[in-house]
Amino acid sequence: MSRPEHLAPPEFFYNEDEAKKYAQSSRMIEIQSQMSARAIELLMLPQDSPCMILDIGCGSGISGGVLAEDGHYWVGLDISPSMLDVAVEREAEGDMLLNDMGQGFKFRPGSFDGAISISALQWLCNVDRKGHEPWKRLNVFFEALYNCLARGARAVFQFYPETADQVDLITRASMRCGFAGGLVVDFPNSTKAKKYFLVLYAGMASGGGPVELPKALGTEEGDVDEHVAYSAHRSREERRRGKRVSVKSREWIQNKKERQRRQGREVKPDSKYTGRKRKGHHF
Amino acid sequence: MRLLTHNLLMCNRKGCSTNNFPLRINATNVTSESTDFNPDLIRNVLPKLDWAALSQTVGELSLPGLPEACPAADDDTSLQQLHQLIIDTHVKEGELICNGCGRSYPIKNGIPNMLLNEDEL
Repeated sequence: MSRPEHLAPPEFFYNEDEAKKYAQSSRMIEIQSQMSARAIELLMLPQDSPCMILDIGCGSGISGGVLAEDGHYWVGLDISPSMLDVAVEREAEGDMLLNDMGQGFKFRPGSFDGAISISALQWLCNVDRKGHEPWKRLNVFFEALYNCLARGARAVFQFYPETADQVDLITRASMRCGFAGGLVVDFPNSTKAKKYFLVLYAGMASGGGPVELPKALGTEEGDVDEHVAYSAHRSREERRRGKRVSVKSREWIQNKKERQRRQGREVKPDSKYTGRKRKGHHF
Repeated sequence: MRLLTHNLLMCNRKGCSTNNFPLRINATNVTSESTDFNPDLIRNVLPKLDWAALSQTVGELSLPGLPEACPAADDDTSLQQLHQLIIDTHVKEGELICNGCGRSYPIKNGIPNMLLNEDEL
C-alpha cells in the first residue's frame, strides 16, 4: 500500500489536485463516510442530543457531513488550505480553522462533547521539517485535546499505523496526557477491511468506575488482551522480597533501556554485546 | 467563522496566558446565512457560552439582536434570536487579534489561519 506520509508534508500532499479527488471520487467519499459513521458510533454520544464535536483533520468535510446528518455542530481543524477550500465549496455545515495538530490548539476548557479524526493521526509521526519531533508533537496535540474536551468525553481516531512501534508511541503519548482507553481493531483477520480505531476517554464518565472498550467488529471474542496476567503484581512482589538487581548488570541495563524506551527516548537496540563484560579485566 | 466557534477559541501562542480570550475581531466582511433552527442544539450549547465575551464581540461588530441576558432553556424566541447570531452569522474576511499578546490571525474565505511560526511554539 502506498503511504502518502512518505511523499510530502500534509499541507503539500493535499494540494488542489489531491483535494479535488476528495470532492469527486465517490469511492473515496464512501470509504471516508463509512469510517466516520463507525467513529461516531464508537463515540457513544447521548441519543438524540445534538453535541459539539471537534473534527481533527476534517479535510473536505466528508466526516463533518456525517456528523451534521446526526444533528451535531462541528468545528474542523486541518493543515491543508486546498482541502479547506474544497470544504467551503461543498458547503460544509461546520466551522473550520487552518491549524497544525502538532502545534496544538486552544479552546476554552470543556468546549467539546467529543472529538473524531479520520485518517489523520499517522501524519503526526512524520518528521517533515527540522525541529519536528513526533513524540513532542504528539504530546502537545494530546494535551491540547484533553484540555478542550468535557470531562467524560471521548475521542475516536481512525488511523493507519505503519508499524507496531507507531501504535505504541501514539498510545503512550495519549496515556501520558491523562487519557484512558485503547485500540479497537475492526476485522483484524482481514487485510482489506481491517481498521484501527484509537478510542480515548478524557476522565471518567459521571458514573465512575473503570471504562470498558467497545467491542471490535469482525471478532468473536473481541479484543485479545496482550498482557500477561498479573505481571505487574508479580514484579512488585519480587521487589518486596528484596530481589534487587545489582547495578550495571545486564538485567539492570536492559531495565533502564526499557524504561527509556517507554519514555519515548532514542535507545540503541539490544544485542549480544549489551551489558557484556569487557575482555581482560578478570583478575 | 461563526460566533459560536469564536466564543470557544483562545490564542494559542506560547506563553500567552492572560487576556487571551475573547479574540478581538477586525471584520471587513460579515455575512448572514440562514440555516435550520435546532432548539435542542442551542439548549445544549447555552451552558458552554461565555455570555460576557459574546456580548462584547457582538458590540464590537455592532450586530443587532442579542438577548439582554442568557435566555432560559424554554424561551424559544430568544433561542431563535441566539441561533441567528451565533450560528448564522459568519465572519468571512478580516482578522482575529489577541488582546494579550497582540498576535493577529487572518481570516480568509471564512477560515481563520491559526498556524504559528516556529518561534511562537
